[in-house]
Amino acid sequence: MNVFLKIEGLTVEYRSGNRHVHAVNDLDLQLGEGEVLGFVGETGAGKTTTALSILRILPNPPAKVLGGKVIFKDQDIIQLSDREMRAIRGEEIAMIFQDPMTSLDPVKTVGDQICEMILLHRNCSKKEAWEMAGDMLETVGIDRGRAGDYPHQFSGGMKQRVVIAIALSCKPSLLIADEPTTALDVTIQAQILELMKELKKKYQSSMIMITHDLGIVAEICDNVAIMYAGGVLEYGSVMDIYKDPRHPYTRALFDSIPDVHRDQARLKVISGLPPDPTDIPSGCPFHPRCPHCTERCKTEKPEVVHLNETHWARCFLAQEEGRYEHE
Amino acid sequence: MIKYILKRILYLIPVMLLVTLIVFFLMSITKGDPARIVVGESASLEEVEAMRESMGLNDPFFVRYLRYVRDLFLHGDLGTSYKSGLPVMKEIMSALPSTIKLSLAAIIIAILVGIPIGIISATKQYSFFDNFTMILGLIGISMPIFWLGLLLILLFSVRLGWFPPSGLTSFRHVILPAFALGTQSIAVFARMTRSSMLEVIRQDYIRTVRAKGQKESRITLDHVLRNALVPIVTVVGIQFGNLLGGAVLCETIFSINGVGRLMVDAIKQRDFPVVQGGVLFISLAFCLINLIIDIAYAFLDPKIKSQYK
Amino acid sequence: MNQKKEKRYSLTRETFTRLMKNRLAMFGLFILCVLVITAIFADQIAPYSYDQMDLLNAYKAPCKGHIFGTDEFGRDIFSRVVYGSRISLKVGFIAVSIAVVAGGLLGAVAGYYGGWTDNLIMRAMDVIMSIPATLLAISIAAALGAGLTNLMIATGIASIPTYARIVRASVLGIKEQEFVEAARAVGTRDFTILCKHILPNCLAPIIVQATLGVAFAILTAAGLSFIGLGIEPPTPEWGAMLSNARSYIRDYSYMCLFPGLAIALTIFSLNVLGDGLRDALDPKLRQ
Repeated sequence: MNVFLKIEGLTVEYRSGNRHVHAVNDLDLQLGEGEVLGFVGETGAGKTTTALSILRILPNPPAKVLGGKVIFKDQDIIQLSDREMRAIRGEEIAMIFQDPMTSLDPVKTVGDQICEMILLHRNCSKKEAWEMAGDMLETVGIDRGRAGDYPHQFSGGMKQRVVIAIALSCKPSLLIADEPTTALDVTIQAQILELMKELKKKYQSSMIMITHDLGIVAEICDNVAIMYAGGVLEYGSVMDIYKDPRHPYTRALFDSIPDVHRDQARLKVISGLPPDPTDIPSGCPFHPRCPHCTERCKTEKPEVVHLNETHWARCFLAQEEGRYEHE
Repeated sequence: MIKYILKRILYLIPVMLLVTLIVFFLMSITKGDPARIVVGESASLEEVEAMRESMGLNDPFFVRYLRYVRDLFLHGDLGTSYKSGLPVMKEIMSALPSTIKLSLAAIIIAILVGIPIGIISATKQYSFFDNFTMILGLIGISMPIFWLGLLLILLFSVRLGWFPPSGLTSFRHVILPAFALGTQSIAVFARMTRSSMLEVIRQDYIRTVRAKGQKESRITLDHVLRNALVPIVTVVGIQFGNLLGGAVLCETIFSINGVGRLMVDAIKQRDFPVVQGGVLFISLAFCLINLIIDIAYAFLDPKIKSQYK
Repeated sequence: MNQKKEKRYSLTRETFTRLMKNRLAMFGLFILCVLVITAIFADQIAPYSYDQMDLLNAYKAPCKGHIFGTDEFGRDIFSRVVYGSRISLKVGFIAVSIAVVAGGLLGAVAGYYGGWTDNLIMRAMDVIMSIPATLLAISIAAALGAGLTNLMIATGIASIPTYARIVRASVLGIKEQEFVEAARAVGTRDFTILCKHILPNCLAPIIVQATLGVAFAILTAAGLSFIGLGIEPPTPEWGAMLSNARSYIRDYSYMCLFPGLAIALTIFSLNVLGDGLRDALDPKLRQ
């Protein structure tokens, strides 16, 4: 597999006054061409920050990339000039944001907002761009006649369709979707997800799907990265992760999904709170909440343990298969 | 949209009628007998009484008010100046161009200087330029027009001799008074532009535009400034009102024969019809400006626009 | 009940801590304190009486005996500026008090009762607001005649609509809240509800606006005196002093420096304090 996107040791920090928030810590990740990677983790795990650093649109200040590489198509994005980076944004890498209610400029027509993207990266006239914008709207299931409408005239689900249309309008080779359905009603969620699956097939682009919904991951992703406290704890194909999760955190995540077929008195929740990002625990960041924590976990950060070609986990116990099957 | 504008213009009529009533009331409680002012100090009591009768001053307040309104609406007649004996309308019309010239020059200077300063400050928050201009802005807001006017005259006319200290006959005459009048507005616009742009910069949709690969300069102008315009335009409207009030002071300092100075002189001479006319004209101008601002909202904010459809 | 008191106390304290951190606002507060002290102890601070003439020493540029110089009658400008602080602060605070009380009541009644009461009051405010405030103050001052009291009334009335609007907006926001409903449910009288429950809760915006309002009142009063509609000589009012100094700008320009500086400094300190208060009280910034 050729290197399409490779993140090595990415570290990002937010600073406000004397507080240093460690949003992303030494993160490693790989994504092959045409792959769909699911980015799973709790709120505050650093998923969005990672996505924004791939596009280099972190709010700076307060955010700062402290180190690491983001290799995209054989060049390190972190080192590119602003001008080179602008050419990549939208054209090569595009992003769908979490909250469609706030991600569209309220004073521009949706057609203009799609056109803006097209005119930035395509050599065409305004009229042609407007035509293409109409095509894009139809692609995402909106009547092209509505290109002249303003965002407030659309519902949340429709707005997200527009955001998707903008992101896909230059046929990016990598699409980052940051919880594209979280802010929507459940029925609309399903529609948007269906649309994304369709478009994934049609455009053949690689995709990073950020979510905390394991159901979405199963439906749309090839590989999964489980994120915790700004780093990846486990990575593998959907089959690997769903059939044979090795990291205690991954297992806990699956356990916390309520099962409608079983009569559960209470929901299983992961004990403890997500780590304070200003003060990440030493050793394995999950150790304070881990039921299998050892003395070693508290001081030493586990290295990557390869389980098969695609599957790895950062846990000392990852090799010991079935160790906690019957608790 | 046209319906809305018409509605607003119709709404102006009762407002202006009530403004007239307020001003008419204020002038009627003022000390000093208009009849005495017209006939002069040396006239006999009988002459004064005859004048009172012929001026209709013995009629009840509302009768006088209705007569005033009737003359105004039917004949555009604002009464006659007690002092000069000329129609008030004529006096105001001859003073109006100077006031318009002065306030337009001031507001244009304020917009052209204030808004760009605000834009630069917002894009370079906490930079030296930002801190410096914002302190300067605070000083500008605190500057009394009449003192600033004196200082400008002192420096640029008396000491340096670059600009004439009074009158409004040429372009060079306009500069000092327009700056004196506009300084506060420059500061207000700069501060408002900065703060509303900073508000917009934080919004998610700006991030969306950045993710498209748009240039920072275009993001600032096409999206941030464009979205920040509604509050900016609002203060332009408010400030225009302050400016019209300030013009009264400014015209006094720079000896400009505008409506403001006409009114001040009229107040001192108890020439009430002129004062009434002046207040009415300036208020009407203020209301029209507010109307224009409200219409501008519809073009700036699509949400408001679709309400009017 | 106890808990609620404690919360308010800590909110006030929190606001104050935030205000303390704002150096510019603290500077404003400092200048304001200096001004108040000057006004109170004017008799002790001023080396001369404000109307003491000394024709032999007229038109003296700033020197050792007269640090701000003397005017055309040989009166000490420094002493006059010191005494002027009394007038300006008095005008500022009394005018704003008039406006806050009148505007506040009108706004509270409009907001609380709603309906046609609201409509009537607010349309009236709209009408008043369609006359630029300075111009309205000038008209009222012209109608009432010159003098300190009339000046305060004129500036006060001109600012009533501002406070009416602010209080009305706050009342509208508060009146539907549970504690007001509860008070109404137990049969508390409207007036008591307004005074005891609603008005204390809209203090924050009023305080901010009042601080800026004092600045506006002082500025307007000085402006009126400047064009000869306010305080008359020999009372040392800063605006009137400037108006007088205007005749001597060519030859004795120092005369128009200090009264103006005093006005500008007062306005500046009130503005930065008002800004600081607004930032400190702004719930949006409260994390």
